Amino acid sequence: MTFWKLFARNRGAVVGLIILLLITFMAATASLFFPEDPFSLAGQPMSPPGENGYLLGSDSLGRDVAAGIAHGAKTSLLIGLLATLVAVFVGIVMGALAGYYGGVIDNLLMRTTEMFQTIPSFIFAILLVAIMKPSIESIVIAIAVVSWPAVARLVRGEFLSLRNREFVQACHTLGMADIRIMLGEILPNCLSPVIVIGSLMVATAILIESGLAFLGLGDPNSMSWGFQIGAGRTLLRSAWWVCTFPGIAILLTVLAINLVGEGINDALNPRLRERT
Amino acid sequence: MSRLLDITDLHIALPPESQRPYAVQKMNLHLEPNEIVCVVGESGSGKSLTARAVMGLLPKPRVRINQGSVLFQGEDLATASDDRLRQIRGSDISMIFQEPMTALNPVMTIGTQIDEVFRFHDKMSGKERRSRALELLRDVQLPDPEQALKAYPHELSGGQRQRAMIAMALALDPKILIADEPTTALDVTTQAQVLKLIKEMQATHGTGVLFITHDFGVVADIAHRVAVMQNGLVVETGTTDQVLRNPQHPYTQGLIAAVPELAPRAARPRSTETVLKVNNLQKTYRSGGGLFGGKGREVHAANDVTLDLARGETLGIVGESGSGKSTVARCIVRLNDAEAGEILLGDTDLRPLGRAAMRPHRSKIQMVFQDPYASLNPRTRIGKIIAQGPMMYGASAEEARKRTLELLEIVGLDNRAYDRFPHEFSGGQRQRIGIARALALEPEVLVADEPVSALDVSIQAQILNLLDEIRDRMNLSMIFITHDLRVAAQVCDRIAVMQRGKVIEVGPTAELFAAPKATYTQELLAAVPGKGWFLKEDAVQAQAT
Repeated sequence: MTFWKLFARNRGAVVGLIILLLITFMAATASLFFPEDPFSLAGQPMSPPGENGYLLGSDSLGRDVAAGIAHGAKTSLLIGLLATLVAVFVGIVMGALAGYYGGVIDNLLMRTTEMFQTIPSFIFAILLVAIMKPSIESIVIAIAVVSWPAVARLVRGEFLSLRNREFVQACHTLGMADIRIMLGEILPNCLSPVIVIGSLMVATAILIESGLAFLGLGDPNSMSWGFQIGAGRTLLRSAWWVCTFPGIAILLTVLAINLVGEGINDALNPRLRERT
Repeated sequence: MSRLLDITDLHIALPPESQRPYAVQKMNLHLEPNEIVCVVGESGSGKSLTARAVMGLLPKPRVRINQGSVLFQGEDLATASDDRLRQIRGSDISMIFQEPMTALNPVMTIGTQIDEVFRFHDKMSGKERRSRALELLRDVQLPDPEQALKAYPHELSGGQRQRAMIAMALALDPKILIADEPTTALDVTTQAQVLKLIKEMQATHGTGVLFITHDFGVVADIAHRVAVMQNGLVVETGTTDQVLRNPQHPYTQGLIAAVPELAPRAARPRSTETVLKVNNLQKTYRSGGGLFGGKGREVHAANDVTLDLARGETLGIVGESGSGKSTVARCIVRLNDAEAGEILLGDTDLRPLGRAAMRPHRSKIQMVFQDPYASLNPRTRIGKIIAQGPMMYGASAEEARKRTLELLEIVGLDNRAYDRFPHEFSGGQRQRIGIARALALEPEVLVADEPVSALDVSIQAQILNLLDEIRDRMNLSMIFITHDLRVAAQVCDRIAVMQRGKVIEVGPTAELFAAPKATYTQELLAAVPGKGWFLKEDAVQAQAT
């Protein structure tokens, strides 16, 4: 069966994919529908949704909430993707070396990984962003630094079990070089779980970014959902819409990505295929 | 009077996307009390599903009985409720499985697990249950039953675990015992003991046994009646004598002809040129110890192993699991590092060579692996799997491709295989691909580690023939590792018997079979399943002439 057929067997995943595509579309067309800077004061502050020409209302400074959500989607998706890519890359390198060579190298790399895992990840991310100055790059670095250990542990486990398989040993008897065995033979066989964990990690990255922005540690030059919630939290009772809509945006995005991740997992993991 | 078990017109349906609509079709089979019926067939013939259908253990709803009846003393199990089946299972019909390590719960002691059987089906006091359990373990001849009650599955050997399983299955004195390949995972000597035990227990309890196996040797040893299955159909039934001596159906005839006989092959002249010489090889595995001291365990997997291989000959290394035969093979191809000794290929000692220094010698010794499903990278096309060897040693893409196509033909595969993935091939075809890969570098020595033990008998014979053919054609010398003396008899010019890391006897196959010197070799030969039947046949022929 093709990948798409397997994926489509999970209805939730298809719904998630549609939501995700809509959000991506929104991020891509943000400047078309809301050409103004989302930070600019568009008009009357504290307008409820639907009034004064605001689709989703405005905040205490008169910024358009709808424009913020559209432009914020760009930031969230960008940071989520970039951070995950960096984390997956670092995780694969560390995990592959540890799992393939074992022994001293494994001990060394895994103890390092554990050191990263002992610090609560969100606090660690706050610390990193606070030390570097808040910007898109520093947030990406912070999120990647707290996320790679999970990938490393997963890849190490896969490499450990695959390196003793007969097809890998057959490559040894052919005299193949280690790097070729790692990249050409073992890695393609452990990509499925990595793709799955990566897709779920995008959701976590978006949450961390929102959390950082909420605490005022977001990039001051780019609009983000977390920032909007942070700005609206003092007005929660008088202007509920300022927090609510960005909150729903985060919820939908994270949910959609998780559903898609689940769907990819079902499609790529043959042991779960028969689960009906 | 109704029969003990009567299967009539049984159809087991498979899910729609499977290769065939029915796993089992039009099956008729019956079992009387105090009788052993063997269901024989190759993998995928539907024999295991038949057993599961009787137990009500089909993976429903995807696989289900869709026609026919399974009558147990007149009661149809195919339509019985789950509650009723639960009552019957364990007390009236019980089962023993192929792999006792996975069939037993690893975190419960043997005693607790036997106790459970009693608790679920009978009302007895704890003391009574304990004494019954002890009695059972004594019955299955476990050494030190008291200790076995308290033991966890991993603390027992494979044979002991299977005995414990048998004890558990017989706990409530069932009328039917279903045995699904119960000895396949065991060593020959242990297998012989367990078969004897099953026969004895069956005779004393008057149980009807439905015995699933793929091995005609085992059939000859144990069965009263035989049913042969092929692709879900019972192609032949009859008494053991009828089926084994006078098979009617061509499939049965083929299967029986494919069973390797325990007769050594004709001796061939031996070349005086030695290709490979192994001197005093030592390899020790250490486990345990660890950070806080503690005493580690040492296993001498290869203890002072000395072997030599002449050009063009096949040397068999025979032994049971844990005898160190695979370790020796892996040390020779340098997948493992031996601690001491010499591995002389021509004049070079391979043992002390580092990875880089070893590389130029790699192509001269190649290996064929045991498991055709694990030995090919599932994500690589066949063409690349075979061609990558020559290309690493400097062949151009075009040369490598030509060579690969040539090799595919030699091992009897189609050109079209070149662009396919391993999962598109059967076990036997995959093993051919594995052989082609090993031959691609034009080695002088081919080490084959149990190359046919994962294959069905009919395929086994083909692969053995192929190995023989290419050995002659390419003037190869071969080291052939196997646990099966029947296979060794067919392909090996000389045989080395290993036990606990030591080579205890080496000699030309015919001599070794005719007059085994070591006691262990004699035991091994005596334990070969179906030996009695082969001898009887010889005797019959002798009488006839």
